[in-house]
Amino acid sequence: MANYFNEEFETLPRAALEALQLKRLQATVARVYANVPFYKQALDAAGIKPEDIKSLADLQRLPFTTKQNMRDSYPYGLFAAPMEEIVRIHASSGTTGKPTVVGYTQKDIETWSELMARSFMAAGAHKGDIIHNSYGYGLFTGGLGAHYGAEKLGASVIPISGGNTKRQIMIMQDFGSTVLTCTPSYSLYLAEEAVAEGVDIKSSKLRVGIFGAEPWSEAMRGEIEANLGLDAIDIYGLSEIMGPGVAIECIEEKHGLHIWEDHFIPEIINPETGLPVAEGEKGELVITTITKQGIPLIRYRTRDITSISYAPCACGRTHCRIARMSGRSDDMLIIRGVNVFPSQIESILVRVEGVEPHYLLIVDRKDNLDTLEVQVEVNEGIFSDEIKVLQTLSRQIEKEIKDMLGVTCTVKLVEPKTIQRSEGKAQRVRDNRKL
Amino acid sequence: MKVEQISIFIENKSGRLAEITRILGEAGINIRALSLADTSDFGILRLIVNEVEKAKTVLKDKGFTVSKTEVVAVEVPDQPGGLSTILQALDRDTINVEYMYAFVERCGGNAVIIFRFDETDKAIATLTANNFNILAGERLYSM
Repeated sequence: MANYFNEEFETLPRAALEALQLKRLQATVARVYANVPFYKQALDAAGIKPEDIKSLADLQRLPFTTKQNMRDSYPYGLFAAPMEEIVRIHASSGTTGKPTVVGYTQKDIETWSELMARSFMAAGAHKGDIIHNSYGYGLFTGGLGAHYGAEKLGASVIPISGGNTKRQIMIMQDFGSTVLTCTPSYSLYLAEEAVAEGVDIKSSKLRVGIFGAEPWSEAMRGEIEANLGLDAIDIYGLSEIMGPGVAIECIEEKHGLHIWEDHFIPEIINPETGLPVAEGEKGELVITTITKQGIPLIRYRTRDITSISYAPCACGRTHCRIARMSGRSDDMLIIRGVNVFPSQIESILVRVEGVEPHYLLIVDRKDNLDTLEVQVEVNEGIFSDEIKVLQTLSRQIEKEIKDMLGVTCTVKLVEPKTIQRSEGKAQRVRDNRKL
Repeated sequence: MKVEQISIFIENKSGRLAEITRILGEAGINIRALSLADTSDFGILRLIVNEVEKAKTVLKDKGFTVSKTEVVAVEVPDQPGGLSTILQALDRDTINVEYMYAFVERCGGNAVIIFRFDETDKAIATLTANNFNILAGERLYSM
């Protein structure tokens, strides 16, 4: 049985794969040097010309690209294609209210669709499947990324997006969904709601679940597989690089995520020194895109912590595997699939009259859903002898956070000086999730 | 005609009231009247004390958030319908009561109602016009 969407490229011998990577890397570096002033300056400053890239090892001579560089180039500064060639724009939340913007050419959308289709097949889905896509549709890449991949695969896609869980369960039953795509925590929430509705979701036609956009664990995989009666597969992606489908576990091993190396070159570095670490050692994942036209990125620092393995895989794919993400090298939180930086909450708080930036974010997971509590100290500037004034203030902060970040939170007012002050970096986050 | 009240923010956790009353007690401050408004997360303790500024200072020194508000103390005949006549008079002039609490005078046996209005001066005018007995702050502090 054909398990590959693109057998030739997915099983390309390493030597041929690396030769292809070098050719594509050279073309990408030439492209950004010619079209993106940021990269021309960065390469000139590093004393490197595109023609100096003679081997894959030369990649390490190139400068990194960071999320800050993307912010500084807001919105289109890093685009390497003219706007008339850009057919789609996505964005992810930024730290100060401005999002990080990415653009896709028609060819980029085709590449993304293929890589997502490959990912579906690696996960055990195929033409004829009914794919229940609960990733959010919109600026977030999850919904549309999975959608185009499902169509490319030739499956029937249900673009149900997020929310309205009862209706999701009904449609899943009535439409005969066989593949579920959503965040891992939402899958558990779906399973619980199904039990509450008296629906036996384990006997449904669901066979495969493809879960990503937030960190999860092997323990959670066990729980999801037991509660939903399907194979739970980890998928990785980020909008800066493409969206979902950058890397995927194969159903044969469920051990490490194949990163599509004919389109991306992964490296693992020590986040402190920027130097590469040995194979198998943990560090920060750095990705260079080698086929993107809209916004190619050289050595993009993902801030995700993982390791790489080049060991052969039972599925026959020759592309290396990255381990399940085990953390971040910055303070970004992922709450119900939404990226949240503490500094974003801080900038909202300081805009609210009288609020001092003494706050603490408490993240937890209750009934399989992430919760965010924002503790705010009550000083004389916001204190009132009337209950309703303080309650209005809490509601206002909750609304601003929801409007700006798309995350539901509860604000808890606390006495002054109850949030710990520290000498160095303030402790702004307490993450109680057991992943 | 107005009475100074202090309000203190307290989290809903054990021992906070005990802590505040201990601080005031050690500073030799006498509590004349109090009311506690609470939600599931926090509460606001409102106090009439004999030494307003001193109470505010000692509590702030201990890290509490304290504010001072002007309220109105009205003497009410301790008999059925006593409070109702006051509220009816206020209602006729469309004056809103933000909150209120009551205590009984030590001597004389009349009830005293502490009112917090959104329009304090207008309320005082109405109460005076209707011949209600408004207690001066000094009298309350030294009661």
